[in-house]
Amino acid sequence: MTEKKIKVLVAKPGLDGHDRGAKVIAKALSDAGFEVIYTGLRQTPEQIAAAAIAEDVDVVAMSLLSGAHNTLFPRVVELLRKNEGEDILVIGGGVIPDKDIPFLVENGVSAIFTPGTSTKETIAYIRRVLAERESA
Amino acid sequence: MNWGVNLEAPGQSGHLDLLIKKTCSGNKRALSRLITLAENDPQLRLEILRRIYSHTGNAYLIGITGPPGSGKSTLADKMTKYLRTRDFTVGIVAVDPSSPFSGGAILGDRIRMSDLALDEKVYIRSMATRGHLGGLSTAVESAILIMDACGCDFILIETVGVGQSEVEIMEIVDTTLVVSVPGLGDDIQMIKAGILEIGNVLVVNKADREGAVELANQLRVMQQLDTARREGSDNWTPPIVLTCAEENRGIDELWNEIEKHKAAYIERDTYHALRKARIRREVNTLLLAEMSKLIFKKMNIGASLEASLPEMYTRTANPFDWIYERIRDLETIFVERRERL
Repeated sequence: MTEKKIKVLVAKPGLDGHDRGAKVIAKALSDAGFEVIYTGLRQTPEQIAAAAIAEDVDVVAMSLLSGAHNTLFPRVVELLRKNEGEDILVIGGGVIPDKDIPFLVENGVSAIFTPGTSTKETIAYIRRVLAERESA
Repeated sequence: MNWGVNLEAPGQSGHLDLLIKKTCSGNKRALSRLITLAENDPQLRLEILRRIYSHTGNAYLIGITGPPGSGKSTLADKMTKYLRTRDFTVGIVAVDPSSPFSGGAILGDRIRMSDLALDEKVYIRSMATRGHLGGLSTAVESAILIMDACGCDFILIETVGVGQSEVEIMEIVDTTLVVSVPGLGDDIQMIKAGILEIGNVLVVNKADREGAVELANQLRVMQQLDTARREGSDNWTPPIVLTCAEENRGIDELWNEIEKHKAAYIERDTYHALRKARIRREVNTLLLAEMSKLIFKKMNIGASLEASLPEMYTRTANPFDWIYERIRDLETIFVERRERL
């Protein structure tokens, strides 16, 4: 018998000025029955990775609007791997140009959800990937 | 995440042992994984607690309760920083409510504790109540025990602060802080809620705001009027401390009072009685949960109730008669067992 809930860390790396988008996704994920840990604005990759490990989350969902995603997202992935967090699913969203997506995927971000994507899609994605990993 | 320990599978118990060993020697990654295992699987939880039990009992537990918005997380952040200057290892459990509708939760207490994320000697865990009405589920209690086994000197437990959970927290921690803030409307309401009984130290946070001193005075007056306490065996009158956690003011004073309570508390005979009571309560709670599950399963209560439900609904059957019958069935099992022996 399990009481397992899907745990997601919604993180805002870098210097974004507001977190409206992150809050929307946090609420949507929580409404879908997930437990969402939100750590606030202006987080460093180190802080994000440390929180993800301590909370033993299933997913790290990063949101970035100010352009530093190519540096910050892979850095978080690297720190997770260094700290026995390689099994954590990393996804991203925000203002991410399509041309940057392949680079991010190559560097450990499993999926990018750009503005306009419905939260339903993100939720379905998370459920699907985690279920696949569970049965593997 | 997907750690899947099946205790029945040969060799698997070794993995759990390794995880526990690492946790008890201070490994935070192992600690976080162990807490997850205990949180998600009630039966595994029992086994984990069994194995770490001899390593527990060292941490000093401080509960922080109060209404939403009273600054509990900021206070926990500042209190932890104070402890860190004295080189203590600190654990924090921040409990937030699960939605009764979606089952999900938003756990946002870490926002106030960002600086601590990178401190090796601080471990922060956010937990949702997961339907446990009082706010302190056995999952939360097991996380506390596991952190204790991992070597935390102090563990701060921050709870939801909506009625029942205040009483629960008082039962499991050594010192309870009740936090209130000025300007939350009817101050008398807070006083009526019984915080005078529950709190060992009363904190008036956001003391820079208007009404802080008045609130502190009101609390003092209520204490003086609380004859039950005055006449009781407890010699401790909860001090009222004004703090402004955001500006890190009043924290030294707060710790002073906590230390005084700790000294007084440990000196009292009741210290041992209270800690034993905690064990009794934990054992009873876990035993009740596991035994109920077993009985319900063996007696097939679920299915049998479902079958009787339509008749109960039309009032052709009486659920209370049904209850009596089930209890008699259980008693019969015990009688038969005795007769067979």
